[in-house]
Amino acid sequence: MSAAWEVIIGLEIHAQLATASKIFSGASTAYGSEPNTQACLIDLGYPGVLPVLNREAVRMACKFGLAVNATVARRSVFARKNYFYPDLPKGYQISQYELPIVEHGELFITDGGEANGEPRRIGITRAHLEEDAGKSIHSIHEGLDRFSGIDLNRAGTPLLEIVSEPDLRSAREAVAYMRKIHSIVRYLGISDGNMQEGSFRCDANVSVRPRGQRELGTRTELKNLNSFRFVEKAINFEIERQIDVLEDGGDIVQETRLYDSDRNQTRPMRSKEEANDYRYFPDPDLLPVVIDDAYVEAVRATLPELPDAKRERFVAEYRLRNEDAGILTMSLALADYFEAATAAAAAKPGLVANWVIGELSAALNRDGIDIEASRVPPAGLAALVDRIADSTISGKIAKEVFDAMWAGEGSADQIIEAKGLRQITDAAELEGVVDAVIAQNPSQAAEYRAGKDKLIGYFVGQVMKATGGKANPAQVNALLKNKLTGGELSDGGGS
Amino acid sequence: MLARLRIADDEVADTVDKLTRIVEFVDRLSQAATGDVVPMAHPLNASQRLRPDLVTEPDRRDELQQNAPAVSDGLYLVPRVIE
Repeated sequence: MSAAWEVIIGLEIHAQLATASKIFSGASTAYGSEPNTQACLIDLGYPGVLPVLNREAVRMACKFGLAVNATVARRSVFARKNYFYPDLPKGYQISQYELPIVEHGELFITDGGEANGEPRRIGITRAHLEEDAGKSIHSIHEGLDRFSGIDLNRAGTPLLEIVSEPDLRSAREAVAYMRKIHSIVRYLGISDGNMQEGSFRCDANVSVRPRGQRELGTRTELKNLNSFRFVEKAINFEIERQIDVLEDGGDIVQETRLYDSDRNQTRPMRSKEEANDYRYFPDPDLLPVVIDDAYVEAVRATLPELPDAKRERFVAEYRLRNEDAGILTMSLALADYFEAATAAAAAKPGLVANWVIGELSAALNRDGIDIEASRVPPAGLAALVDRIADSTISGKIAKEVFDAMWAGEGSADQIIEAKGLRQITDAAELEGVVDAVIAQNPSQAAEYRAGKDKLIGYFVGQVMKATGGKANPAQVNALLKNKLTGGELSDGGGS
Repeated sequence: MLARLRIADDEVADTVDKLTRIVEFVDRLSQAATGDVVPMAHPLNASQRLRPDLVTEPDRRDELQQNAPAVSDGLYLVPRVIE
């Protein structure tokens, strides 16, 4: 990317709130049901029906506001956003416009790469409650090509639209911010954050300007960014595209663009509407939402320990590296797993953290399962890590044991015994192997003695091979050095 | 739309007078100090009642879809919408 251009990004995130019923009706919000079986008269926009606001949706929005240090409005107002589309049967979406429930929040990102690891403050302009629209299906089956099918199960599902300030300066920062919001809503239990099911969606407003220029460039809005990876790729594509257009002397057209993940490009979808195209006005069917200080304080009392606080505690309490603490606290379930394993282990928390972040996370990713369903429970991992810490097995053998545990072959101790994986601790036995390896490799031994120090690695490898990995590498190293230099030149490195 | 009003010649003077008074009234309104007044979002001086988060609506799809001109596979059919 050219250093002559500054990138300006703002994100609008739609988080589906984890209520049982819809925001204005008593229909279920469960995902994946038969089309239109969860769309009642209110969701269908029948004449004469009235919306009644879901108490939980308000509480969840309030909880989010407090978690991002925002102002929770004591009085907020629902407005009608008018537009015409078949998946919106009323002809308007009930949203909030001038008086949203949450305003002036903030969060800090540390892994955006723009501030050398220093936290960067990203402003949250507002977060407002609104209802989701239905879903259009464009290819139902043959014989119906002239029609689109409408499923209104999703219509009326509560959404919290979280709008950031244009404070983000790269695609990487945008992803770091989005991950942070994702992590916060999951910690709060207000959204399942499931991106495949569309519970957590993101639109990005992207513009570029010559570095040093004050006024903002014309922006485009990118839609349909339904994974963290796509957010980064789509924004990076769009930045390059805008710079190319401007450097060729062209102008950016303000428009909505759709990201095509198959081709990794964005293409125009429609010209961008202005707010006044939507003819917003206060919804006469809904009264202002009024909450008092006591309510806000009662909600505040239910806030859990949030990702930043947990990360700091992990660094202080468990002496973890800040980066590792960040990874472990990204998801509450992962943090809980780590804490349970650490509590059960005699080994240092740092070693437990390495295993949770390393082997365990890799196995979960490989099999596509969540930490809650891990095939190795926290106590099981703790037992394994303890066998490394007390030198029963090496770290390398431990990976073999872990794989067997993952495959359901038993506990760490059972597998170590059954497979005879215990480290050779008998010095005489190990010495015998070392002597044999040196005897089998006379020319390499001579080269080592002539000063080719790097060959020590070769010898360690041979000994590990001969013992099936059951030797302690540090012990082998010391023993080899001692033997190769003839013993009499021992520098005290023998163990 | 005002330009399309048909006004008889003998009513012009009177209408001009009335319209002028309306414009003056609007000017007076805009001088009112409204800085401290919260915009009215609803004529009733009340606040929104909230309902508990309970699923109370049963599935009535078959009944409701009898009102629709065209349905298939549980979907409401509309003329094809091109994105």
